[in-house]
Amino acid sequence: MSSLSTTSTDKCKIALINPLFDSNPITVQILGICSVLAVTTSLKSTLIMCAAVIAVLTLTNTTVSIIRHHIPASIRIIVQMTIIASLVIVVDQFIKAYAFEMSKPLSVFVGLIVTNCIIMGRAEAFAMHNPPGLSFLDGLGHGIGYSMVLIIVATVRELLGTGRLLGYTLMPSVFEGGWYYPNSMMVLAPSAFFIIGLLIWALRSWKSHQVEKDQ
Amino acid sequence: MQANVPKRKVLLTALVVSLVCSAVVTVSTILLRPIQEVNRQHYMHLNILKVAGLYQQGVAIEKQLQQLETRLVELETGEFYEMEHPEEYDQHKATKDPKQSIALLPDEDIVRIKRRADYAPVYLTRDDSGRVNRIVVPIYGSGLWSTLYGFIALQGDTETVIGIRFYEHAETPGLGGEIDSARWLKQWSGKVLFDEYWQPKIELVKGGVDHSNPGSLHQVDALSGATLTNRGVENILKFWLGENGFGPFLDVVRSSEGRL
Repeated sequence: MSSLSTTSTDKCKIALINPLFDSNPITVQILGICSVLAVTTSLKSTLIMCAAVIAVLTLTNTTVSIIRHHIPASIRIIVQMTIIASLVIVVDQFIKAYAFEMSKPLSVFVGLIVTNCIIMGRAEAFAMHNPPGLSFLDGLGHGIGYSMVLIIVATVRELLGTGRLLGYTLMPSVFEGGWYYPNSMMVLAPSAFFIIGLLIWALRSWKSHQVEKDQ
Repeated sequence: MQANVPKRKVLLTALVVSLVCSAVVTVSTILLRPIQEVNRQHYMHLNILKVAGLYQQGVAIEKQLQQLETRLVELETGEFYEMEHPEEYDQHKATKDPKQSIALLPDEDIVRIKRRADYAPVYLTRDDSGRVNRIVVPIYGSGLWSTLYGFIALQGDTETVIGIRFYEHAETPGLGGEIDSARWLKQWSGKVLFDEYWQPKIELVKGGVDHSNPGSLHQVDALSGATLTNRGVENILKFWLGENGFGPFLDVVRSSEGRL
């Protein structure tokens, strides 16, 4: 991947841009979809969740990268987990202080970022072998890649499930005297699977090299 | 990453990482706590207004709160307890203080709270003739995983529900956690919480409420998949409307016909 001729700006670009489409953590690596199912019923809570994941991912990657030469191989996983868990608690405290209303619907899911495979995956696969700046960009790229998928899923689910978006009524539902009959399946977790499935289909039709070969 | 690191270095790294991480967590928690406390207070006030059906969007909450008369009630006698700043009283702090609370006997303690404070806040509104027409009281107790904290608002007759809300809990999202959902909360309005002998009577029933049934005024559709949360809500109401809760106070309201 990184031949000697690639310059450092190229490396930065790859670290930042690649995770958006070519190695998107959700649609290509199929990681971290637990939280996609859980928080995407409303766009507002999704945005907070995305911000939280981006913060944890970039900070973890940077921190792990800075101390990567001092982490003994035998305890590297537990060191990464400790850093991730601490950062998640800090982010959760910030949300409770500055986005209190949103901390209610997000409830346990911010805490569960600890178990999101994307974060430890990037710390172990990338930050342990790359300098801090690059690791930061890698974290940011993966965070944005994750957020793009979540925002698309949440937009579809909230709009079709309730007729509203970010609290604004776009399609007045029959319950409020309008014409739109909300699709209640969209507020249930399985609909997130369907939307991710359609996204993966669309992405693989566009970038056909992502299609796995027949075994 | 080194393959063979001396044990001392492994231990040292582990120690330093743990210390730094715990310091970061501690500092952020302590620094942010005052802001979170203000948020929590604010959110509680918002819930008091919403449960009483008084909330108006766009008006400062602290200002709206002035529509309500905040009083402290001595739970045992049901009489008002005069205090300079009743809004500063912290019921949950008092519950932990043996001087300001009583221990509940196991068979009284159906909500599993162990102790109960001697005084509790109530929030009232009055009609033009000065009679109480809204009573908001705090209620709490155990659900499945967590303690549910909420408010119930009653009409001046002390038995008809205006609304109920839970502002803090950690029940299973999607199941017991639905005690937050507007759709479930809506059906409480107009329910009657006491029987003809003024004993608390409210039931959460599975499979929907049959409105042709004469007892349906005492019934609310239970949350599906949340047996223990439902039982928690039932017990919370039974306890806080009963003799160890606001029962004596509601008696006083009734016998004075709201002029207290």
